[in-house]
Amino acid sequence: MGFLSTVPATERLEAHPDHEHYISSTVYGSALAAEEIPRFEMAEEEMPARVAARFVHDELLMDGNPALNLASFVTTYMEEEAEKLMVENLSKNFIDLEEYPALGEIESRCVNMIARLFNAPLDNKDAEAVGVSTIGSSEAIILSCLAAKKRWQNLRKAAGKSTEHPNIVMNAAVQVCWEKAARYLEVEEKYWYCSQGKYLADPKEMIDLVDENTILVCGILGSTYTGGYENIAEISKLLEVKNKQLGTDVWIHVDAASGGFVAPFTNPNLLWDFRVPRVCSINASGHKYGLSYAGVGWAVWRNTNFLPKEILFTVNYLGAPQVSFTLNFSKSAVQVIGQYYQFLRLGKGGYRAIMTNLQKTADYLAEEVVRIQDGTMFELMCEMRGKGLPLVAWRIKADKHYDEFAIARHLRSRGWIVPAYTMAPHAEQTKLLRVVVREDFSRHRCEVFVRDLKDAIDFLDKTPSEIIQHLANASKNNAKQSHKSAKVKHHHEHDSLQAKHGKTHGVC
Amino acid sequence: MALSKHIDAEALIEAARKHPHHKILERHHREIHEGVYASRFDADAEVPKYKMPQVGVSSKAAYQLIHDEMNLDGSPLLNFASFVHTWMPEEATKLMMENINKNFADQDEYPATQVIHTRCISMLGDLWHAPKGQAIGTATTGSSEAIMLGGMALKKRWQNKRKAEGKSAEKPNIVFGANAQVALEKFARYWEVEARLVPVTEKSNYCMDPHDAIKFVDENTIGVMVILGSTYTGHFEPVSVMAELLDEYQKETGVDVPIHVDAASGGFVAPFAYPNYKWSFDIHRVASINTSGHKYGLVYAGLGWIVFRNADMLPKELIFELHYLGSTEYTYTLNFSRPAAPILGQYFNFLNLGFEGYRRIVIADLKNARILSNALELSGYYKVLSNIHIPAPKTASGVIGVAHKAVGAVPDLEDPESYVKGLPVVSFRFTDEFKEQYPYIQQSWIQTLLRNKGWIVPNYNLPPSLEDVEILRIVVRESVSGDLIERVVADLMEITEALMKNPDVPMLMATFTGQPSLRDEAHHGRLKKEDVGSGNTHTYARQC
Repeated sequence: MGFLSTVPATERLEAHPDHEHYISSTVYGSALAAEEIPRFEMAEEEMPARVAARFVHDELLMDGNPALNLASFVTTYMEEEAEKLMVENLSKNFIDLEEYPALGEIESRCVNMIARLFNAPLDNKDAEAVGVSTIGSSEAIILSCLAAKKRWQNLRKAAGKSTEHPNIVMNAAVQVCWEKAARYLEVEEKYWYCSQGKYLADPKEMIDLVDENTILVCGILGSTYTGGYENIAEISKLLEVKNKQLGTDVWIHVDAASGGFVAPFTNPNLLWDFRVPRVCSINASGHKYGLSYAGVGWAVWRNTNFLPKEILFTVNYLGAPQVSFTLNFSKSAVQVIGQYYQFLRLGKGGYRAIMTNLQKTADYLAEEVVRIQDGTMFELMCEMRGKGLPLVAWRIKADKHYDEFAIARHLRSRGWIVPAYTMAPHAEQTKLLRVVVREDFSRHRCEVFVRDLKDAIDFLDKTPSEIIQHLANASKNNAKQSHKSAKVKHHHEHDSLQAKHGKTHGVC
Repeated sequence: MALSKHIDAEALIEAARKHPHHKILERHHREIHEGVYASRFDADAEVPKYKMPQVGVSSKAAYQLIHDEMNLDGSPLLNFASFVHTWMPEEATKLMMENINKNFADQDEYPATQVIHTRCISMLGDLWHAPKGQAIGTATTGSSEAIMLGGMALKKRWQNKRKAEGKSAEKPNIVFGANAQVALEKFARYWEVEARLVPVTEKSNYCMDPHDAIKFVDENTIGVMVILGSTYTGHFEPVSVMAELLDEYQKETGVDVPIHVDAASGGFVAPFAYPNYKWSFDIHRVASINTSGHKYGLVYAGLGWIVFRNADMLPKELIFELHYLGSTEYTYTLNFSRPAAPILGQYFNFLNLGFEGYRRIVIADLKNARILSNALELSGYYKVLSNIHIPAPKTASGVIGVAHKAVGAVPDLEDPESYVKGLPVVSFRFTDEFKEQYPYIQQSWIQTLLRNKGWIVPNYNLPPSLEDVEILRIVVRESVSGDLIERVVADLMEITEALMKNPDVPMLMATFTGQPSLRDEAHHGRLKKEDVGSGNTHTYARQC
């Protein structure tokens, strides 16, 4: 054809710079990319989905790499198929049982599998175990404390005694959520304190703290500091004696946030679960060694007697009233689906294979760490060979001009996130480094890490202490700067373990 | 009546399974199959239900088993019962999946996620007219957690105040309407605060009337929770009236009672549909507000927000200080580790939609809800209890109406301000004439019959004191398009008329719905109401 086209003069084009429209097909060519993105106030106008997604995506590049995060117990890897299931179910609301009956069924199956894994008694049909999924171990622990408090109140009221000063007995090395549960539910915290070289609760000293106002004794299966397991069986034995003396009915809750999916596979003969007579409830994080992504925990009770009626809510779904016990209501369903996927996919054999590998990797790492500088440099603070969680914790025993925090800082510059901590209250002069071995921390990656650790020590050995001090100050200032933005800042509290002892609360 | 007995489906299957060998549960050798369906590899494959299997299956098989199981769930799109959002653009889904392995609690490792969280709080504070630079807040798993955090702050502030005055802090109470979501009552029971439920009436629009509520307030009241968007009928409880009454109360007695607004559903509706409506921090008595990001915030389930007017509203002893490598963070939450992805989804929406985008969606929701309401009323069978289709009373818009007339303009029929304010929710029941003419037709059958067509429209009783009134409720969300509204109206009319015309159908329905739930398996192994006794809940746990 022969249509004539005009060629507009430059002047005419410049008079109508329709810039926004004709290059908005690319993200970075759009006018939006040259502007600041809305940060503190919603913009008036819309933005194309592609552009918005890219901007948020780019913003997140500043986040650390989950795979190199050796600080956290929380799962960072799941199979493609599991992720696919999760995408398919993102739009489902977990509590909407009426609409999504299959979700309810799956939760129920998971509770069954976990209760059996924890050896819940199956012999009495009038006292069956009960359990529930939660967002994480924090919710599970707050629920358990709530139930225990209510049960204690009811018992005390029935006996005509005061219900004014409930307390919980626990090791001061507990995760922060215990402190939270106690403070929010107005229960006094009674701590057994660690001392140099003694980081797991001493059953006798701990039980000595129990009195008639004790609602619960907490046992830790997997200390977040050293990975060690507390002696639940012994605590139970002493507690029974104590109960007889005092005429009380105190029970144990086992915080198996990290150990619940490890001990049954690497240490099946360890007595810590419902086989121990005084254990009334257990929590475990599905998103730690349960191998699902962040957002699922579990709480299981020995039987319904431990859940007083007044804290349960009956939720009426068309023709089928259901009993609920939760602090959250609507929530995502995908993490529970992920949990069931892992149970089917792996079976006990699969979990055992993974946990055994993790144990081997942890043992390898521990041996390598000890071997550095012919065994003169570090001292191990953790258990090995399945006696604790698959983590490696160690401290400097040699006389050096730098500390554990300097090593952590140096490793961070290579991309590794390895936290340095001070020990639990009353042992806080001890500092330590901790590596959590997760599913995706393979032997190969471990070898790379050992190499970088050795390099870090070589570097620090050769660096004068003034420079190390300078680096420490610089990083402190950096942290202050980057968190300045719009965060709440105020100093307060005098009561917490943090305020009294400078207790650091680890990521978990 | 047909004679029948209850058949245990599991026993039936067990009996039918004549060759109990080669079950997944009992295989001796660990073999990972690549095949997926039973027909390909294992005719007797049984999905493990109660016990973890000794040996696993391939990732493909595990995927397919669960994927198929999930097909028994309803379709989120046709779920008209719930406020919870069910659709996000592809880009948002992708973004969330990219970040599904990030733990929000891990503040040190994921600083960019924290920055985005802070921005969301700023935007919400700004949207709700909080004093500049003073609001503080946090993301939660949903409004339940947010309400408990809000309630706990009210309780602690009250305790501190009473202790400072040397008065007893033993008998706290909290006031809210009987139409409240179960989370409010749960807070009261778990945190040992007496719940004072304000009865609701037809005259009070099925929600709390501040003039009734004020009668429940005394020196031990830690706060009044006002609901912006009753889940029953979508009515807004008047925050400003409540605040005025509490101002007067303070003048008379010197007792200062704060307000917490439960804007679970309305927090993302009111600011966009009714930008000049006063309900948020522009009322000085409002101490804190919660909302659900996963309702009209348009994010998938798992996100709520609570914002406090300023740091004074949040007693310091409730805040936990966490120290990570070189930095200090403050947290106020009941959960610890949890997914970061929903927060990123919220920020995506804020960027993608902006104020105009949210407004456009809410206006469309309200318009669809009006069309549905009008259609139901025109049918003559149904009476609509929600009000958003009724033109706004003259007092408010009358002046504007006159102004319009003066310049010869007509009121904008698309503008939500031309109608009574509320959530895009339609609550309806049979008209009195209908009930008189067909006394044997039960309203709950409509729910059952609609379900057979795939629609989920719940039928339930109004809150205590009106509990003999049953309502059907349809929540209009972003994904409930005009087309779906047309279809559901057509089906509703067809069903209603079928019941009216055919005298046998009601008979059949009565037989069918008289039976126990047919979906026994879903409830197998769950704690039943009988196990815990009954009558311990005053509000109802509505889906929301």
